[in-house]
Amino acid sequence: MIVTTEKLTKRYGDRAVVDEVSLSVRRGEVYGFLGPNGAGKTTTIRMLLGLVQPTSGTATVLGEAPGTPRALLKVGSLIEGPGFYPYLSGRDNLRVHAARRGAGRTEVEAALEQVDLVAAAGEKFRRYSLGMKQRLGVAAALLGQPELLILDEPTNGLDPAGMADMRDLVRALAAQGQTVLLSSHLLGEVEEICDRVGVISQGRLVAESTVEQLRGDSVLLVRADPIEKAHVLIEGSSRHDDVLYVREADAGALVRTLVRADVDVREVRPLRRTLEEVFFEMTGAA
Amino acid sequence: MGSVKAELLRLWKWPATWVLIGVWLVMTLTFGYVFNYLALNGGTNTRAMSQQQLISAMRPENVGAAVVRGLPMFGGAIILVLAALAVGSGYGWGTWKTTLTAGPRRVSALAGALGALAVIVVVLVALTFVVDLGAAVAVASVEGWDWSLPGFDGFEALGASLLIAAMWTGFGVFLGVVTKGPALAVGLGLMWAIVTENLLRGVGSLLGPVESLTEVLPGGSAGNLAGAVGGSGAPGVLNSLSGTTAALFLVGYVVVFVGAATLLKVRRDLV
Repeated sequence: MIVTTEKLTKRYGDRAVVDEVSLSVRRGEVYGFLGPNGAGKTTTIRMLLGLVQPTSGTATVLGEAPGTPRALLKVGSLIEGPGFYPYLSGRDNLRVHAARRGAGRTEVEAALEQVDLVAAAGEKFRRYSLGMKQRLGVAAALLGQPELLILDEPTNGLDPAGMADMRDLVRALAAQGQTVLLSSHLLGEVEEICDRVGVISQGRLVAESTVEQLRGDSVLLVRADPIEKAHVLIEGSSRHDDVLYVREADAGALVRTLVRADVDVREVRPLRRTLEEVFFEMTGAA
Repeated sequence: MGSVKAELLRLWKWPATWVLIGVWLVMTLTFGYVFNYLALNGGTNTRAMSQQQLISAMRPENVGAAVVRGLPMFGGAIILVLAALAVGSGYGWGTWKTTLTAGPRRVSALAGALGALAVIVVVLVALTFVVDLGAAVAVASVEGWDWSLPGFDGFEALGASLLIAAMWTGFGVFLGVVTKGPALAVGLGLMWAIVTENLLRGVGSLLGPVESLTEVLPGGSAGNLAGAVGGSGAPGVLNSLSGTTAALFLVGYVVVFVGAATLLKVRRDLV
């Protein structure tokens, strides 16, 4: 595991902004950290980077305590928009950042090239478009060849083309084996890019699994009559009104069992909800 | 060292650094030499300064005193503004967030900012010395005075100037960290350096204990050190404490301001 948290909690007064979050990010995966605005994503990430001290719970990043130089030097991050000196050029901003990370000029140029910002590298940061600023933020995160990239809402404020560019960039990084923790409230983005997803709502982690599992690809939806009898017959099924949900089941065997017990089978199909449906169901957002 | 290098790179290229240094150099030239020269050559009312005092204030031998006398109040205010802006702006721009996630410990990151500011302040004091010396030599040459370069007392005044500048730098850094922004830090700093201490001195003429207190406040200590090394005839320069006592107070303020800023920087969440 590259990142693990155990009951990580941050309280401001009586309010738990992050409430006993236990998550894990595996090496080489793109982990989507999903949640509505204000759910606690950024605070969790800030705790992983040592910017915010947890009230309780623990976290390890690459085997180190969050915020220590040994951990931070192996992590590249972009949190809530890029923070750069407006009067410096993109290249000079990266040189300043590189000096802090012990990286050289060659790495600065390579990072600029990686985010396709070489041509505009001499322009002042304050003249950059939002998309260019975000890309410079990613370039800064890439300095020092980090083992883990933490990107917090990297497509915030971008136009559709900029968002597509950013998705392509993250995909390209993932293809190179880069571990990425991507926080977002944009479901399409997460669905397209991420291997596994953690869903946070009102400070609590309400689900953590692969995108397929979360969408319910491995869940069967069953409508049968009488539903009570079917519920008893199918072990491990969960009932919501007149529908049963069954995880990891063989559809054929399930139908045979029901038919033999004189239960009328009306519908059996994989659930396959969209991530958006799952998200709204879990977070109560609408 | 990486943190100092990074901070130096960005402060060196920051227009505000050079604007403030430039403003200070213009002020020191204008008030230290231009007005004195005009007063010496045809001024109708030189107020408290005799011709001899005007000449003495502009002589190349006394450049050290000319540099130090400007720092307790106006020079100090400019240095305070520079430090408060340098540290406070990082909160608004989000650059502290970028800095603290880059790798250095918080103490190292703040030490980097302090180290770079120290270099800038040394440059500021050195430039003031060079510009003032140039002006003094020009005036002495035009007036046909016999002159010589500053002696040991010039270095003593330079040392005092650096200590006074260090105190105002520490004060500015402290305000920048406490207020987490440039505007309030600069406002409070200027209010203190130019208004509050002067008001307290006014009250001090009526109340003895307040007067004693004003002698050892940051500006008061700076003014007393400037007065002890020969600075005179400028606002904020005092002659109530010995140079050693004033210097000790200034060192104390540097320790307190930098220590408090470091403690806050290390312990406070960056949200």
